[in-house]
Amino acid sequence: MNTLEGSVLLIGYGNPGRLDDGLGPALAEAAIRLADNGLIGGRVTVESCFQLAVEHAAQVANYDVVIFADADLQAPEPYRFERLQPSTEAAFTTHHVEPATLLGLARDLFGATPDAYVLGIRGYEFNDFGERLSPKAIKNLAAAERLLESQLQN
Amino acid sequence: MVATTNKTRRVVIEPVTRVEGHGKVTILLDEDNKVQQARLHIVEFRGFERFIQGRPFWEMPVAVQRLCGICPVSHHLCAAKAVDWLVGGEQLTPTAEKIRRLMHYGQMFQSHSLHFFHLCSPDLLFGFDADPSIRNILSVAAKFPELGKQGILMRKYGQEIIQATAGKKIHGTGAIPGGVNKNLSLAERDALLKDLDQMIEWSRGAVKIAKDYTVEHLEMAKTFGSFDSNHLSIIRADGAMDLYHGGLRAIDKDGNNIFDHVDNQNYLDYLAEEVRDWSYMKFPFIKSIGPEDGWYRVGPLARLNTCDFIDTPEAEAARQEFMAVTDNKPNNLTLAYHWARMIEVLHSIEKIDQLLHDSDLQGTDLVVRGERRQEGIGILEAPRGTLFHHYRIDENDQVTMCNLIVSTTSNNEPMNRAVQRVAEEYISEQMEITEGMLNRVEVAIRAYDPCLSCATHAMGKMPLEITLVDAEGKVLDKRSKSA
Repeated sequence: MNTLEGSVLLIGYGNPGRLDDGLGPALAEAAIRLADNGLIGGRVTVESCFQLAVEHAAQVANYDVVIFADADLQAPEPYRFERLQPSTEAAFTTHHVEPATLLGLARDLFGATPDAYVLGIRGYEFNDFGERLSPKAIKNLAAAERLLESQLQN
Repeated sequence: MVATTNKTRRVVIEPVTRVEGHGKVTILLDEDNKVQQARLHIVEFRGFERFIQGRPFWEMPVAVQRLCGICPVSHHLCAAKAVDWLVGGEQLTPTAEKIRRLMHYGQMFQSHSLHFFHLCSPDLLFGFDADPSIRNILSVAAKFPELGKQGILMRKYGQEIIQATAGKKIHGTGAIPGGVNKNLSLAERDALLKDLDQMIEWSRGAVKIAKDYTVEHLEMAKTFGSFDSNHLSIIRADGAMDLYHGGLRAIDKDGNNIFDHVDNQNYLDYLAEEVRDWSYMKFPFIKSIGPEDGWYRVGPLARLNTCDFIDTPEAEAARQEFMAVTDNKPNNLTLAYHWARMIEVLHSIEKIDQLLHDSDLQGTDLVVRGERRQEGIGILEAPRGTLFHHYRIDENDQVTMCNLIVSTTSNNEPMNRAVQRVAEEYISEQMEITEGMLNRVEVAIRAYDPCLSCATHAMGKMPLEITLVDAEGKVLDKRSKSA
């Protein structure tokens, strides 16, 4: 698999207080550790948040590559990593915004079309409170970390 | 469950879109297609109050931010106000109080901007009957790019204030028991000052858009989901709007005080909550009036109605225009929530302007402590309305009781009334139920900016579905889309 080139924004999002919904932020934390250890490049900016919101459109417009990392109930194990195109139809139903909609806003309002990817890490447990990942989710997270290492080298 | 007969049918809107979390509307029609009953059901149950029992109290300002991804700052500050009482630190230093206020106004600014520009503007700009495929934010961005951009950059500005005062945009740690853990550096202040004038200008423009819309549609707004009600908020000692701190004031539909300047620690003497078997959300009411008529509205509309004045000049001028529409009597128009919300945006940016020019923000006296207590109550005005946090702790500093009244809970009965009114006006006796009619129900709910967050959003968890079923459960029509 080729290394992603240029400036990269990794956004790991989800609620760490709802079990495997915290996979996105957990990957963001892992990415920071990888950067500290020199395993991924300094060209990578890492952002962690509860959920995507419209102001992220202004942020993603400043990068060559954007990776949206989230928990995914339906992805094959351990994750899906797919190219993402800007949406031409809005799926904006709550304060939360879908990645493709953000890309559409970045294109329409800021004239930016970064290469974008969705990294959906397979999760299993969501319907309770608790700041922990399920054992299978932890394995999938480790695989996603290895993907970052391969894709985001200096 | 809604009682049905063989000669009634139900219209179900599930979940309601462009609100936060999961909600479902059920409209029960009789054999003549007249609305018999309309209800907004809250279908998620959070159980958060039980979840935090046993945790140490000093974790509360951070832990409660897990409640919601939409207004974590409001929960952060409200929990901190309650915990201030536990450590005897409720009389904050000037620096601590002003840092918290700056954070709070930043939250108000970004939350209201997002709601107006991105959740409601499609309805207001394209009309309630517009094709749903264009009634969304991408169409706003395509047809009104300047408005789309303003909304995003106003939201971003508010988030930058939160980051500067709370340490980070989400799950900040700025407010701690008895104070704050950082001041605002000169570099942070100067970075925020850079865009301030632009934000003030855009806020003025937002007030004008909301005002013009309301005035132009006043005849429609007079009936659209509107009804007389009581109103409640906190209020400053001199009667000014105060979004961060003050005593509780409740007024009736004519503006008469029901109670005034009630000490936050005594709220349970004045308010109670009723449980109804068809909704997970409670129904708060004013005790002296009772559950039948004691319900009240909170949020921007209520705050404009309860305050005597606003202590920033441009927002006060806007308030006077707002109140003139109803001859200085309480404004009970549901659609006027938008105008009131934008007046609060202007007020918030005026307050941010004042605070950024106040050298107390660079002070170093950040924390006070006093005599410890085992019970603490914090109340503030969150974007959606009055927010209550109430904790009791044991001798080991662990939380033994937590009671939260979130803003949307107080607006539970008013939202149900709004749904009922709109259903009666637009759906009753209609042979065909159109998407535009159903959208009007959602427009009325969205005016309250409800937050029904279930605090999880993993992919595949938020399908949208509108179902029309008859009384026997037979599905007559169904529309769905992925989130």
